[in-house]
Amino acid sequence: MSKAMEKTAREPLFSKKNRRLLIDPMNENNPITVQVLGICSALAITVKMKPALVMGISVIVVMAAANVLTSLLRNLIPNRIRIIVQLVVVALLVILVDQVLKAFVYDVSKELSVFVGLIITNCIIMGRIEAFSLGNAPWKAFLDGVGNGVAYAGILLLVAFFRELLGNGTLFDYPIMAQLGVYDMGYTNNGMMLLPPMALIVVAIVIWIQRAKTPSLIEKD
Amino acid sequence: MDVNSNRYTYLFSIIMVVIVAVLLSLAATVLKPFQDANMVLEKKSNILGSIGLVSENPDSLFNSVIVEQLVIRNGEVIESEVSAFDLDMAKAVKVSSNTRSVPLFVATYQDNTYYILPLRGKGLWGPIWGFISLQSDANTIYGASFNHEKETPGLGAEISTAIFQDQFPGKIIFSDSYDGIEVRKGDARTNQQVDGISGGTITSVGVQYMLEDCLIPYKAYLLKQVAESTVETHIETLADSSNTNHE
Repeated sequence: MSKAMEKTAREPLFSKKNRRLLIDPMNENNPITVQVLGICSALAITVKMKPALVMGISVIVVMAAANVLTSLLRNLIPNRIRIIVQLVVVALLVILVDQVLKAFVYDVSKELSVFVGLIITNCIIMGRIEAFSLGNAPWKAFLDGVGNGVAYAGILLLVAFFRELLGNGTLFDYPIMAQLGVYDMGYTNNGMMLLPPMALIVVAIVIWIQRAKTPSLIEKD
Repeated sequence: MDVNSNRYTYLFSIIMVVIVAVLLSLAATVLKPFQDANMVLEKKSNILGSIGLVSENPDSLFNSVIVEQLVIRNGEVIESEVSAFDLDMAKAVKVSSNTRSVPLFVATYQDNTYYILPLRGKGLWGPIWGFISLQSDANTIYGASFNHEKETPGLGAEISTAIFQDQFPGKIIFSDSYDGIEVRKGDARTNQQVDGISGGTITSVGVQYMLEDCLIPYKAYLLKQVAESTVETHIETLADSSNTNHE
């Protein structure tokens, strides 16, 4: 018992196992493309890069903080009300994020509007708390939260990149297509990219490419 | 200590709720001044936007362009405890139109006078609002902007797009037969009609009612302004012509 304790105490901060916690969600266990969670917000706020970035950062902050908080409390939380406690912790953090956005980046907060509130119901966050941080130490929970948050934000930005570039001809509102002069060659923006269904199609293409490249994700038939 | 006993569960929830409540009220109080400042700034840029002005610094532009902020009731300018800028339209529209206090912003920009009127009404799912600006004749629309809280994107929410709003400039709001702008299904023929939004009928009708309801309290005052300015121009013309005669 004491030997085991010593062993965990001496485990380096970025041991191989801990690094996997951080990196796994970014490829083989991506919350959006592999677990297909959090799709709703991936549709809604990927029209432009800027809101997608802010949403991504908000989710990283909320997820990391919620994971650490619940992990610290994991031995104190009564089992019967643990889901309620998780909800309260996430809701608290989300409201704080919302208030801060409203105070300092008002225009972005208006664009995100209800979706910030909906972070509470983002199944990735609740899923990670229930499945991971309630049974693991704070540092590991933190890595897991950051890993999943970054993975989520990465997919949002990837989808938003294509939707804003092809639908609007801009990136972070910078008129890149006009600068490149492609309009003079007869190119026009594809307005369909701005509609929600195209987000699904872009996500599906990402999933397709990822599955084709990752043998462990290919199901045997 | 038994983490799963009833007593512990109650105690845990009570402490948790208290801590969370304290944290949230603290955050709300500390951040409120910043949030309020943002809202004031947004309102200023919306008011400026209705006469087509966009600025990185709406605060200073607002102060230089908006020359008068009046509160109007029953055709007269009144002294009000609440300033025109702070007047809450959501509360104002609940009062019947002849006893209602409404704000009016007068702007001068490049030697033109504009009257800016706030609007507030009901859409399908929630409130809709906006600003309408009138040219110096106080009857011809110079610009209109509408916004909404939760109308359906692609349908009712289209009222906040340029396609809908660009129909308004040049229309007139008061005529012998009708006050307001009719939002029609199908073709808009007269200068008091605009095309509604297909699939957004209730929101379109909401815009029409909002215009009717919010413009009427200004009618008496605006007509008086126009009458005075016509008299002034008339006198000026007379003066001009008499000058010419002397020469």
